[in-house]
Amino acid sequence: MVIDWLPSVLIVVLLALGVIGALRRVSLWRAGQPEKVNLIAGLLAMPGRYLKDLHHVVERDKYMSRTHVATGGGFVLSMVLVLVVHVFDVNEQIVAWALLGALLIMLTGAFFVFKRRLNPPARLSKGPWMRLPKTLMIYALTFIVLTLPAAGILPEGAGGVVLTAVLSVGVVIGLGELLFGMGWGGPMKHAFAGALHLAFHRRPERFGGGRSTGLKPVNLEGDVLGVAKPSDFKWNQLLGFDACVQCGKCQAMCPAFAAGQPLNPKKLIQDMVVGLAGGTDANYAGSPYPGKEVGNAKGGPDEIITAGLVSQETLWSCTTCRACVEECPMMIEHVDAIVDMRRFLTMEKGETPNKGSEVLENIIATDNPNGYAPSSRTNWAADQNLAVMKEKQEADVLFWVSDGAFDMRSQRILRAFVKLMKHANVDVAILGDEERDSGDVARRLGDDATFQSLAKRNLATLGQYKFKKIVTTDPHAYHCLRNEYGDFDTDGALAGVEVLHHTTFLNQLVQSGALKLDAFKGGKVTYHDPCYLGRYNGEYEAPRELLRSLGIEVAEMERSGFRSRCCGGGGGAPITDIPGERRIADMRMEDASETGAELVAVGCQQCTAMLEGVVEPRPEVKDISEILVDQLVEEVH
Amino acid sequence: MPHKVVSLISVGRHPQSGRSRRAEQDSRAVELGLKLAGTDLDVVHAGNTEEPTLRQYAGMGLPSVTVLEQDEKADAVESLQSYLQSEKVDIVLTGVRAESGESSGMTPYLLAESLGWPMVSRVADIVEVKDGEAQVLLALPRGQRRQVTVKLPFIASIDNAAQAARQSAFGPGLRAKMEAQQGSESVDEIRLNWEEVPAKARPKRLKVVKAKTAADRFKAATAKPQGGSGKVMKNESVEEKAKAIFDLLVEEKVIR
Repeated sequence: MVIDWLPSVLIVVLLALGVIGALRRVSLWRAGQPEKVNLIAGLLAMPGRYLKDLHHVVERDKYMSRTHVATGGGFVLSMVLVLVVHVFDVNEQIVAWALLGALLIMLTGAFFVFKRRLNPPARLSKGPWMRLPKTLMIYALTFIVLTLPAAGILPEGAGGVVLTAVLSVGVVIGLGELLFGMGWGGPMKHAFAGALHLAFHRRPERFGGGRSTGLKPVNLEGDVLGVAKPSDFKWNQLLGFDACVQCGKCQAMCPAFAAGQPLNPKKLIQDMVVGLAGGTDANYAGSPYPGKEVGNAKGGPDEIITAGLVSQETLWSCTTCRACVEECPMMIEHVDAIVDMRRFLTMEKGETPNKGSEVLENIIATDNPNGYAPSSRTNWAADQNLAVMKEKQEADVLFWVSDGAFDMRSQRILRAFVKLMKHANVDVAILGDEERDSGDVARRLGDDATFQSLAKRNLATLGQYKFKKIVTTDPHAYHCLRNEYGDFDTDGALAGVEVLHHTTFLNQLVQSGALKLDAFKGGKVTYHDPCYLGRYNGEYEAPRELLRSLGIEVAEMERSGFRSRCCGGGGGAPITDIPGERRIADMRMEDASETGAELVAVGCQQCTAMLEGVVEPRPEVKDISEILVDQLVEEVH
Repeated sequence: MPHKVVSLISVGRHPQSGRSRRAEQDSRAVELGLKLAGTDLDVVHAGNTEEPTLRQYAGMGLPSVTVLEQDEKADAVESLQSYLQSEKVDIVLTGVRAESGESSGMTPYLLAESLGWPMVSRVADIVEVKDGEAQVLLALPRGQRRQVTVKLPFIASIDNAAQAARQSAFGPGLRAKMEAQQGSESVDEIRLNWEEVPAKARPKRLKVVKAKTAADRFKAATAKPQGGSGKVMKNESVEEKAKAIFDLLVEEKVIR
């Protein structure tokens, strides 16, 4: 046979080309900033992370998880065996049979990918991704036929030159996609970049059921604050962008996208890929940023991102709700990237849009976003007879009041919570006028300098007093205190201190019998999970348990728990106020109305403000502490 | 020929927190200066180089700030005057009202007096600078403007009606250079005798509301004052003018 050797040579050539492409890809990532990762531990942990953590996310869509296991597993196994059988010429029938088995599994998987692609949902990207199932099937079929002689089913050399030639074409198409494409930016890039992304993830704490949601601090002594160019990202962030499979699950969950604001998390990540590799977005075949045409974005590793690659409004549309991150099967960190780029806009360019600049200036000058006199922070509690830490020095519970102190609607929540605590005889004190804004808004608006200054000053104040717990009604302050202050707590002001959201704390009180509550007699109730309580801190259960303790059976919205839709109030979005076609709060209220609920229970003053801003008729909105306080059993002595 | 523009900056004071900040009107003076001269703008402060508030001004995109180093007790006017004379300045921009210490307020007037330059107060915008003259828009109440032509060099105090200051960015502010020069050493004797007390709200003049309808009230709030009883006295003698003012003060019961 003249060209019998051809398939084997092609395999080796394509493998070599794939490796060269992969090395080139690695050099693109290395243009990013250094970031320490444990290379060996990461690589060793990678298979586990893939099988457990990534699959846990993919498993939410059973069809896709099975399809992927068959296709991916079949491919990896078959690729190894292809090298054994067809390159190293191992002549064991059993190996050939194993290869056939692997290929059949993969063929089945690829068939189901193909079936799904016949009528793909809108969130999926088209373009080269439409071709992928076909090339996968060509690969599987080609190697099945090619392996038949080795398995002893067909005699050696059956089919002659013609078959060998046809199979060679199959090898080129199949392995061209799988090996060459993997290294050179085809759809299969996701397997290679994704595997390394899992190994060298910037937040390894997320694996094994952990949670890592606090933003990383900026080094304020750096040459550029925040990310101006793709090469300003950490190298493993760039790697993460490359892992995107364009499944569009982020897009389907993004509240800004649904509201018609110019943000699509999938497109954003793809634009980052364009940025790191250089070029334009002309080949992008997914949904655009609402209201923006595809094809005009241009960028390179050393070009300013907001000068042609991504518009500023896109970055400011994000509510930092983390729905995209939660949904991403590749565990890409969209919010980190967006805030990194915002940091550049705010701290280097001074271009925070709309009210952003005013709010930041107020926070700097008065420690609250609206510029109220710091000495009026405790006015809300004039009739509350609350102990102040400055006088008391020591208490079981420090109640972190947050900037809700200045807002009359939020004050109702604060008063309700105080009444509940008093009822349960909690030894509580507040910081009074010594408290400052937690820095949440400043940080999400990209002003990490102001955040760090607030964090340090707040920690210095906290360090003066003794307390076992910090409890707050504001999930945003809760998140900062619990997940972000640690980076600056050099003196251990929060060491050994438990930071709790008021729903968690109240639930403890109710469960321990310290609070006696009547059954709730109103109508149907639904519960809205605040992003910063749920996705950021994993607290889904305490608020629900509290409602259950009132005899309420929560009428869950379609999107609840980890899939809860944002109210539109996070990430400084109401301040930067990027126009869209709808309001996020309106959409969330529609979700609530669909359950037929008459009352939306909330655990966040920001959500309360956003949802109450929706025009009536709509269900009533109440914080859980307000609902509880109405059912309080007053004991007469 | 590019004109040399100087904006004078001071340490402001936030009305609610009392904390140092970039002063509202001074930062508008920097904003207008940036419009006129771009980054060639010379921003000058008489005081301490280490003052962190200067970084807030610098964050507006200033590569450097000139600081005439001097003690808090020293007279700012003296060092500013000698600096402005030595630098061949065309336009000097300041705020109208001081937020703390000896900034803005009297400063532009004293400078104008000692330099012999014209002083234009409450400027909303400088439209054009050409042939040794500047077209200046003065801010009048109710959004009205008056255009005047001023010969260079001159001093202008910037009204709140001027373009608001751009956002201050932390990074550039941190990296800006503070170029120190020796300031004045003579002690400001007048200031030593100052006593600072919190301002009391001025008593409001009673307003007789004549309007009967919302439309009338809206008109009263927005319309140009017709000045029915007002009178422009240009050609009368000094005595007549003084008498007119005296009569008005008596009529308004300011003097009895």
